[in-house]
Amino acid sequence: MSDVGSEQNPVRAAIVGSGPSGFYALEALIRSEPAVLVDMFERLPSPFGLVRSGVAPDHPKLKKPIGVYQKLAGAPEFRFFGNVNVGRDVSVEELRNCYHAVVFACGAETDRKLGIPGEHLPGSHAATELVGWYNGHPDYRDLEFDLSHDTAVIIGQGNVAVDVCRILAKTVDELKHSDIAKHALEALAQSKVCNIHMIGRRGPAQAKFTHQELREFGELTECEPVVNPKDLELNETSREELADRNNRANLKSFEVLQSFAARPPPASRRRCRFHFLKSPLELKGEHRVERMVLARNLLEGKPSQQFARATEELEELTCGLVFRSIGYRGMPIPGVPFDEGRGVFPNRDGRIIDGESAVPGLYATGWIKRGPTGIIGTNRADSVATVKALLEDLPNFGATQKPGADGLKSFFEYRGVRVVSYEDWQKIDSAEIRRGQAAGKPREKFTRVEEMLSVLDEVK
Amino acid sequence: MTTIVTDNCKRCRFTDCVTVCPVSCFHGDEEMLYIDPEECIDCGACIPKCPVEAIYEDPIPEDKQHWIEINEERALMFPVIQDQQDPYPGAEERKAELGF
Repeated sequence: MSDVGSEQNPVRAAIVGSGPSGFYALEALIRSEPAVLVDMFERLPSPFGLVRSGVAPDHPKLKKPIGVYQKLAGAPEFRFFGNVNVGRDVSVEELRNCYHAVVFACGAETDRKLGIPGEHLPGSHAATELVGWYNGHPDYRDLEFDLSHDTAVIIGQGNVAVDVCRILAKTVDELKHSDIAKHALEALAQSKVCNIHMIGRRGPAQAKFTHQELREFGELTECEPVVNPKDLELNETSREELADRNNRANLKSFEVLQSFAARPPPASRRRCRFHFLKSPLELKGEHRVERMVLARNLLEGKPSQQFARATEELEELTCGLVFRSIGYRGMPIPGVPFDEGRGVFPNRDGRIIDGESAVPGLYATGWIKRGPTGIIGTNRADSVATVKALLEDLPNFGATQKPGADGLKSFFEYRGVRVVSYEDWQKIDSAEIRRGQAAGKPREKFTRVEEMLSVLDEVK
Repeated sequence: MTTIVTDNCKRCRFTDCVTVCPVSCFHGDEEMLYIDPEECIDCGACIPKCPVEAIYEDPIPEDKQHWIEINEERALMFPVIQDQQDPYPGAEERKAELGF
């Protein structure tokens, strides 16, 4: 029998998840020396993960990596198995029997809670729910957000928090030619939200948003940014941080905040106010969110390690909507070790570990590997590293041939799984683009799995 | 929006930047790298990766403006660099010389 990795006995690899980290793992695998055949599993009929359903619709340039993924999907070594939920439709054990290696690239699908009283009141949401909703993700299609309130508070200052603020701040005209979901555009057209508050627990020198994201708030049609100059007074340690070359990105953001603070009082219909050094303590309300209690914080600690400590000083903010965006967690899959604390698959250099020892043939990349940090491109280097580890393990795979997805066919039939191939997806993709044309949109997404599948029945 | 590689890359060419480019838009000759503005999505992932701060994004400083055209032209002339390569010989010395 030929060694694994030869033309006669190619490495059979499964990738679970079809977002950036999955596609960059595919890229690294097909560019590697050994012969590799790759099957990618995705629980939705549509690929591309957060580039499709996370990146904001009004940032079309950031969706361009999809073009790279489409090219990769044309590789003869690649097959796509959409609408297949690993852990439900096919077990990890079954994948391990059919593949030499299984690479988990399944991201961080759930969010961190605030852990404060009142968090579960109606009107309090995860920011990612709104993101999934306006991006037409089927999981969030039927959520309802009561946009009849005038004040929305966003907890967190990362890029998701920024996106949510900006989408709430924009007019319909600013959004209607994007690929925003129709149901979201219609709801946003009726939005009464005019006071948007973004709350950060640390100071203006530590905020995670980028200066480009921030700058956009100064260029909106009907919304102006508001920053209290007092909030930009820095402690000695923060000044030291901003003087450090490694923090030049933070310095740029800080300068944008200074320019916002210097603006005349807002005259526009909507305002987005940036708050710093505040933490939510409680959401109050009779039947739904009415107020948020915030504590003022102080920073303590060494440069670049400052943390926020709540003081006794409290304030209340009247609000009808709250979106939390303070971090994300991966979801466990039966048959794979899970780190409850961090919400990732425990791993060493991408090799999934159980206690101290590596689980043969299981790998992780992207957010499920390192946690929810970095941007799209960060995943490319991350996936290259995981694939490097995988290829180093090649001698351990033995000379056994593996069947790949051909070994799963009977399971799919028996379990009634409607597998969506890449060719199928291309039909759905074309149909979405056609639907968008009339409205001058790059596409009108299908927001239900059944809608996507019915496209395939029509064209059959 | 523009993102460009500038003079500090010359005779350094550490290529850390290419490893995080989501669209593989870096091109290179013997001396340095260039960004293809047609492909670049201005995500900024590469900027903190450069050990000599050679990469600039908007607003591009006045004294770096001419690099916009150089990137545009030379990216088309040279092949895509997708993987990390060995730095230019003497890159570490050059880096020290540049004050990093």
